[in-house]
Amino acid sequence: MKRRRAATLVPYFLSAPALLLFLAVMIVPLIMTALLSFYDWGQYKGIVPEFTLKNWREMIADDYFLEVYVRTLRISLLVTLFSALIGVPEAYILNRMSPRWRPLCLLIVLGPLLISVVARTLGWALLLGSTGFLNQALVSLGLLSEPVGFMFTETGVVIALTHVLAPFMLLAVWAALQRLDGKVEQAAFSLGASQFSVIRKVVLPQIIPGILSGSVIVFALAASAFATPAIIGGRRLKVASTLAYDEFLNTLNWPLGAAVAVLLLVALVAIIVGCNRLIERRFAQVFE
Amino acid sequence: MSKRGELGRNGPLALAFNGLFLAFMLAPILVVCVVAFTPEGYLSLPRRGLSLRWFRAILDYPEFITAFRDSVWLGALSSTIAIGFAVPAALAIARYRFAGRETLLSLMMSPLMIPHVVLGIAFLRFFTQIGLTGNFFGLVIGHVIIVTPFALRLVLAASTGMDQRIEHAAASLGAEPFTVFRRVTLPLILPGVVSGWVLAFITSFDEVSMTVFIASPATNTLPVRLFLYIQDNIDPLVCSISTVLIVLMAVLMVVLDRVYGLDRLFVGTGKG
Amino acid sequence: MAHLVLDKLSKAFGNQQAVSELDLTVAKGEFVSLLGPSGCGKTTTLQMIAGFVEPTSGAVTLDGADLLAKPPSKRGLGIVFQSYALFPHMTVAENVGFGLEMRGLGRAERDSRITEALTLVGLASFGERYPRRMSGGQQQRVALARALVIRPPVLLLDEPLSNLDAKLREGMQAELRAIQRTTGTTTILVTHDQSEAMALSDRIVVMNQGRIEQIAAPEQAYASPASAFVAGFLGKTNRLDGECTDQRISVAGAAFAAPAGTASGPVTVSVRPERIAFGPASPAAIPGRVATRVFQGAHWLFEIETAQGAVSVIRQNTGEGVPGEGDNVHLHAASQDLLVTERRP
Ligand SMILES: Nc1ncnc2c1ncn2[C@@H]1O[C@H](COP(=O)(O)OP(=O)(O)O)[C@@H](O)[C@H]1O
Ligand SMILES: [Mg+2]
Repeated sequence: MKRRRAATLVPYFLSAPALLLFLAVMIVPLIMTALLSFYDWGQYKGIVPEFTLKNWREMIADDYFLEVYVRTLRISLLVTLFSALIGVPEAYILNRMSPRWRPLCLLIVLGPLLISVVARTLGWALLLGSTGFLNQALVSLGLLSEPVGFMFTETGVVIALTHVLAPFMLLAVWAALQRLDGKVEQAAFSLGASQFSVIRKVVLPQIIPGILSGSVIVFALAASAFATPAIIGGRRLKVASTLAYDEFLNTLNWPLGAAVAVLLLVALVAIIVGCNRLIERRFAQVFE
Repeated sequence: MSKRGELGRNGPLALAFNGLFLAFMLAPILVVCVVAFTPEGYLSLPRRGLSLRWFRAILDYPEFITAFRDSVWLGALSSTIAIGFAVPAALAIARYRFAGRETLLSLMMSPLMIPHVVLGIAFLRFFTQIGLTGNFFGLVIGHVIIVTPFALRLVLAASTGMDQRIEHAAASLGAEPFTVFRRVTLPLILPGVVSGWVLAFITSFDEVSMTVFIASPATNTLPVRLFLYIQDNIDPLVCSISTVLIVLMAVLMVVLDRVYGLDRLFVGTGKG
Repeated sequence: MAHLVLDKLSKAFGNQQAVSELDLTVAKGEFVSLLGPSGCGKTTTLQMIAGFVEPTSGAVTLDGADLLAKPPSKRGLGIVFQSYALFPHMTVAENVGFGLEMRGLGRAERDSRITEALTLVGLASFGERYPRRMSGGQQQRVALARALVIRPPVLLLDEPLSNLDAKLREGMQAELRAIQRTTGTTTILVTHDQSEAMALSDRIVVMNQGRIEQIAAPEQAYASPASAFVAGFLGKTNRLDGECTDQRISVAGAAFAAPAGTASGPVTVSVRPERIAFGPASPAAIPGRVATRVFQGAHWLFEIETAQGAVSVIRQNTGEGVPGEGDNVHLHAASQDLLVTERRP
């Protein structure tokens, strides 16, 4: 029965190229980076492949790093919160929109996902700067007495990142709404429930898993965002990813930069896996 | 009873919210496009009429033109290679239950979860070690990894949705496995393959966070050049270049929407 | 004349035995049906013959040659699926011509064979259509033409008619039988519809839980089912619980001699509704009362209340008088029409 054995090997032949590729050029480099974070480095001696905990100790002891990580966390949480606050109602509204307008609205909402993050962030830089158009408009309308600079502030980064990431929240909730049976909503209305209580008591409980998985996605993307915080935050307002970039390409302290990156990856994976576990356990019955 | 009439329709408040949301999504994109047409030499709204001077100015910066060309090549090459890896893997995952199937799927989807900055650092370290820095080939490898999840997801959806008995029918009529693939499987999953390729291309074309680590002055992509330029100063030139990018993507987007449907395209993806 | 032989063919999915030691010999030109309830392993059996499921053990030979050693593409069998499985991106003619192309036939011969096959199924003028623009019945005929055009030694049909509505199904059954007679192709049909199997086949293979219950000609399987399962699955049957003691069977107030070899203990007595007659009171007749009587034109349908529950009786409408609702009656049946099987208490 030679043929029988050959047949069971088919899936392995088919997936071997991709498996080898990912092992060779993704897993190996990631392991090399993890190792790099335990290497020594000096201004003049460069990278020394000797095992040391120096980088990790420095990262934990230095308040500057703590500040950057706390800022990254704060920004990511705020972006997640605002994305939910605007993305969830918008998904609900879009879902109820007449089929005539829905495709256009969907195109406007999801289209930006395909447009370069740099171009979108550039738009926010134009709007948010102290001579920016938002300020000009607010001042000329008399709402502001003098221009306020949003550039190089956390507020600016949060606004721009919310713009970049809110569509992901919307998509997750949208998917949950598609699974929702409109009849249940109708039944609630026919029992005399008001619009508000239908949303609160009938719709919301069913789309909470969608909101939570959308939140995990948005949080993860916010925490790893690079171009937006780099442009809006500028050189002084650092987050974890821009800090790692700095260590690598400006200070040239690769081992320290690797440690920053590895910590970001490990923290993020821990948070995502933890949240997914929690969501799955808590809402197992809704997912079935 | 009066409630029944309201059901399924958005009230004025909801419509106003929708309007604000759309404005929020469009504002930064429109501002870039509008400023690009300014006749002035500095950042301003085109109050004195529209001008194309900043579009003509692009031609004076050959580094942007070459970066654009490199980006197109990079996108096309990495998406094609990614599809080449994704199609067989997707067929294996869709058709067979084998040991390591889940692991393979998670592994190939993992670039969505790993911060691109971390991947950029890993590739930089890796390429430095094996002597592949400042090389276009290195860029291609990095981009293949990053765009494969997008290609895989759409090809996988198409393969799972296809009735395997159609392939069996072809085999029973005498077609060898590769002929079945070429004559039956491939044509039937083609919409998924094409959409996957386009989405992979767009992802590669827009990528900054990883590329910025492994690009070199000799081989650079347009978004990275744009990013580095913007870090130093913001002028109408970057607006006109961005406008070209936006229009290009808008065209691709409409095509994708027609072929595949935008909402289906993005479910479960991430970039930023 | 053994043509296709299945020898102890078995398939297990994990620890679930889908097909167990199936033995079947099919003669050339024969029409055999695999009949059984959903999940009994019919499709798995067919897929093993076709080569899409690897048997766990056993052998399949065609004219003495080992079929299992060949990949599906080399077996040369014709297959029609329930879902038709037409190539949606090819025209009807391209669909039908696919197998011929794979065999390297020239364009001219291909075209004439395509026309011939499409004519056989009554779709001669549909060659340029795409499958999605055809009705279910038409698609099924295309699938049939596609399978027959390669002149396969054996045609395998997996529930080919179950996606069609009842009226169309009857028409297609007649057509299928006619086409099979014309081409003389050995055919194995999988179906869970007993009337379809009986209408079409030379022999029926009744399957249950991966095993063969009976192999027989339709009328034989119907008249003398080998087991209570077969009796129940082929047409309507009454099942009455009884006891066998000292070679005598007592059931619902009647007693009669047991068939030779019946062991003492609980038994099930199966009898078809049309095999029961009304008659005078006797120790061998089951007493009962007519609960309902329905006139159906050619025959009467009775529900008789007995000590063992309701019993259906069908009587031909001969113009003579029949009992009315509420009447007391006595049920008679000839001993050869009774199937007595042991019952696990
Ligand atoms: N690929 C498979 N994996 C696991 N179990 C299967 C598979 N195919 C069929 N089975 C099981 O084998 C049994 C027989 O299935 P099948 O041959 O399709 O039955 P039928 O065609 O008679 O309805 C069923 O219990 C079914 O669940
Ligand atoms: Mg079946």
